Amino acid sequence: MDEYGMTIGLGVLMGILARTYMLRSDYRQYPGYPHGFVTHLSLGFIAAALGSVALPAIAEKEFAAVTFLALAGQQFREVRNMERESLAALEAAELVPRGHDYIEGIARVFEARNYLVILTALASSSANYYTRRPLLSIFVGIVFTLLSGILMGGRVIGNIAEVKAGKLSFKGALLLVDEIDIMNIGLPGMREKILTDGLGVVIHPKDDNARATLHNMGQRQAIAHVATTILGTKKDVDTPEFTPMVRKNIDTGAIALFCVPAEKDIDSLVAAVERVPVLESARRAPLKTKAGKIAAD
Amino acid sequence: MSAEELMAVVTINKDAVGGDVPIFFAKTDDEQAKIATTLAKVLRGMVHDIGNGAYIIVRH
Repeated sequence: MDEYGMTIGLGVLMGILARTYMLRSDYRQYPGYPHGFVTHLSLGFIAAALGSVALPAIAEKEFAAVTFLALAGQQFREVRNMERESLAALEAAELVPRGHDYIEGIARVFEARNYLVILTALASSSANYYTRRPLLSIFVGIVFTLLSGILMGGRVIGNIAEVKAGKLSFKGALLLVDEIDIMNIGLPGMREKILTDGLGVVIHPKDDNARATLHNMGQRQAIAHVATTILGTKKDVDTPEFTPMVRKNIDTGAIALFCVPAEKDIDSLVAAVERVPVLESARRAPLKTKAGKIAAD
Repeated sequence: MSAEELMAVVTINKDAVGGDVPIFFAKTDDEQAKIATTLAKVLRGMVHDIGNGAYIIVRH
């Protein structure tokens, strides 16, 4: 047993470091509470332990140990359900909800991170097992951790579209951002308030793939949610007029965002929209088909 | 998407509306806007101007 001590120990250590590295709490503040951290670090520990014992188990001809990996798969799918359920339960208290697509995206990320931990732990324990050089094993662990960070980075709206400031105006009761219809605002007082305090941006997709992605309602809801998280909103339960809205120009496919932020700063809003993640479930790629390419010209 | 619901109508044009929704009649534009604002706050709905002198209050 002693011969595997270092191998397993290093694997677990690097696995937990990988999980800690991926557990960054940013502007979303999720998971931002101590208990969320404890939960995910504990699950990360389990994942790291599973990954690091895999190779020693096979070396000892304990092939039954591999079935534990299947169990782990089941266990971590449960993580996804846990995240999905808790975020969905909190939606009712959000003035501007995240939307199902965004929640699904977050839940998937949490599940996938555990698999990356298993992989990191397996890689660093294997490195130590074959070379007997703990420093090399730590190096391999760090490389895998950074690599998974890069691979899981994902794209943001700024990569697939150009975000520009838009101008709010009214055509009768109809609110417009540039030439894109947003909604009908009945009360003259509200119209004045929106013209003084509201902001609008127009998101121009760079190609047909981006256009199809931006047309997804879940993606649009995520844009409204992130803009609100960063700039705040003047909306309250009894002022639905200030609800951030994301609508498209049916002719060009451009997307307009209207919001009434607590901080009126157009540069900040443009920067906020540019950093909205492109949701995995919203991503479309019609240009990958022949038919899509024909339609593109 | 939640189902929209028409909660009430506030009008200065009596001929423009009818039916079984709650209808509130106002004499001036100001009075109409005031009634609509109060109703919208109480009912947690949103006021829309349908353009013929009637405001509708819709919960989204």
